Amino acid sequence: MSMNRREFLQVLAVAAAGGMSLHSEFAMAEKGAARLYDLPKFGNVSLLHITDCHAQLLPIYFREPSVNLGFGDQFGKVPHLVGDHLLKHFGFKPNSLEAHAFTYLNFEKAAQTYGKVGGFAHLATLVKRMKASRPGALLLDGGDTWQGSGTALWSNAQDMVDACKALGVDVMTLHWEATYGEERVKEIEEKDFAGHVDIVAQNIKTTDFGDPVFKPYVIKNINGVPVAIVGQAFPYTPIANPRWQIPNWSYGIQDDNMQAVVDEARAKGAQVVVVISHNGMDVDLKMASRVRGIDAIFGGHTHDGVPAPVVVRNAGGKTLVTNAGSNGKYLGVMDFDVKNGKVVDFRYKLLPVFANLLPADKAMQTLIDKARAPYLDKLGEKLAVTEGTLYRRGNFNGTFDQVIVDALLKVKDAEIAFSPGFRWGTSLLPGQDVLMEHVLDQTAITYPWTTVTMMTGETIKTVLEDVCDNLFNPDPYYQQGGDMVRVGGLQYTCDPTAKMGSRIQDMMLRGQRIDPKKTYKVAGWAPVSEEAKGAGEPIWEVVARYLRDIKTIKPIELNMPKLKGADKNPGIA
Amino acid sequence: MNNQRRNVLKSGTGAAVLGALAAAGIIKPGVALADWNKAAFEAKSMADTLKALGAGAPVESKDVQVTGPDIAENGAVVPVGVASSIAGTTMVAILVEKNPNALAASFTLPEGTEANVQTRVKMGQTSNVYALVKAGGKFYMATKEIKVTLGGCGG
Repeated sequence: MSMNRREFLQVLAVAAAGGMSLHSEFAMAEKGAARLYDLPKFGNVSLLHITDCHAQLLPIYFREPSVNLGFGDQFGKVPHLVGDHLLKHFGFKPNSLEAHAFTYLNFEKAAQTYGKVGGFAHLATLVKRMKASRPGALLLDGGDTWQGSGTALWSNAQDMVDACKALGVDVMTLHWEATYGEERVKEIEEKDFAGHVDIVAQNIKTTDFGDPVFKPYVIKNINGVPVAIVGQAFPYTPIANPRWQIPNWSYGIQDDNMQAVVDEARAKGAQVVVVISHNGMDVDLKMASRVRGIDAIFGGHTHDGVPAPVVVRNAGGKTLVTNAGSNGKYLGVMDFDVKNGKVVDFRYKLLPVFANLLPADKAMQTLIDKARAPYLDKLGEKLAVTEGTLYRRGNFNGTFDQVIVDALLKVKDAEIAFSPGFRWGTSLLPGQDVLMEHVLDQTAITYPWTTVTMMTGETIKTVLEDVCDNLFNPDPYYQQGGDMVRVGGLQYTCDPTAKMGSRIQDMMLRGQRIDPKKTYKVAGWAPVSEEAKGAGEPIWEVVARYLRDIKTIKPIELNMPKLKGADKNPGIA
Repeated sequence: MNNQRRNVLKSGTGAAVLGALAAAGIIKPGVALADWNKAAFEAKSMADTLKALGAGAPVESKDVQVTGPDIAENGAVVPVGVASSIAGTTMVAILVEKNPNALAASFTLPEGTEANVQTRVKMGQTSNVYALVKAGGKFYMATKEIKVTLGGCGG
């Protein structure tokens, strides 16, 4: 499976000769890898965008979701399109390189053919090429960069900080970065990043007097054009993640302040105003309809690989909204043509980073190898082999989550298990070894403790309703951007279009209806309350113990809720 | 938002400031100059509170704005602000529908005071928050839903 570049090209050549559609497509792409990445320059101001790489320094597999539901105003709209619906909307051919890059379709076979995606050494090569063809281009990072791997956790984010400086990130905003604590984030800003990377966030203020914690925006001169880059950090960080890690910082969406910041930047002469946002795409789309004067919002958080921007009309004109996926899989390239002090035209491409099509940048590879060296033994421990595909992303349980909740049920001897609906976490193909590194890719956080709680049936319902509303509240400003909490043991029916309090129905445990008054033993992890600090052993230890014991992960049957009202939704396969 | 609060504290005079201080627990309500409407603060439901305030059925108005987070970061201290551009606004109140006692704060504004107040209220659960304003003997209102969640599970 892990063939080198040369073997890989040979396979492609043979396959292409055999006329296999998948292979021949890729062989063609390889022949003119030039063509895939040889994006003609346009205009005079270029901005490159990465987001949500979740500390994945090496190439990985990543399966796009087959469930990404939208209801009400969001029904059938970008980004709530999966599989064939997405292909149709963006005009991609089935079995094409793009089909694999942007959808889950034919995932196992296509992933084996096209190989891994992302990796900072390969991304670095692509960034260098884009910067070479686009003098003055800046690299923007939407955040969720320092968290998501064992090495990032153990080095206290240092590996990612060094890699981002080497990659040439110019401006970034924040979400999971905050889980290293206020002091660490400020230390990186003031020491490592000084003179290299600006952290911007118009919506982070002190809890006492509302003073700004970071610069709200920076103005950079690109080929004589003043360009303002405004930061929008994840508005619900102190709610979705532990508040005690950032006790003095207050967030929120803050449209009014965003408008004031945009107006101020324009008044100072900015001819282009863009936002790097960690709102999530639905929130970005709503914000773009309310705030005037933004040329583009480069979005992240919801991990939607969106091939073309959505154009949103508002009182000030038009705003482009993009979302650049996750795990280092894509590089967004925005070219603006700026004439007479304003943007008159644009070109945008979300380039998939195929590691086999982009040679590794030597300096970056050396940096990565050095950062990983102290941890190789720990990362490389083989825990099990998987017979099926393991992945996380999707509105409900993914197969890797199923492994996590199964581990919690077994190791903690619980009746029910909960695992957070995080959208990060890489994928594994059938037959792959499951290493400690892969478990950490799903679990490496600064509050990894496991918990065992006696909960009444009523409380269990309250928890599920609460999380479900974060996902399906019809107003994006009340959504938090994660997926539904993953559930083990318990079965339920979910009616996303119902009102909060009525979405979760028919909760069953081993064929018995859940009794609101009865108490159940519930295992979970990633508690956000300060009281739960240091609760049980870290989740990766629980999962590792379980995997060492079972050795082989059989193909997984997902514990999916029964869904109501989603039959004809283009957001589900 | 907090800038507004500072402005209120800086520029406001009389009861608005004292009201804010009372709400923030800095001075005891009894010390405040504002009339202490015991019945209104002890009323449980929205309807009883409106009745105790003599508000009857207030008219929804675009000239009244209630500001606050969409989702509270901490239910114990939720920043809520009310601004009214209706001339002659003499009273501003904040009501949290689902709280055990709906009335969270009431401000009496002397003539010439900018009707712009900011305080923090406690919320036990997701609720509509109402701004009630009295001007020229009539009552007006605006509403905003503020969500209080269990937290966790994001991103």
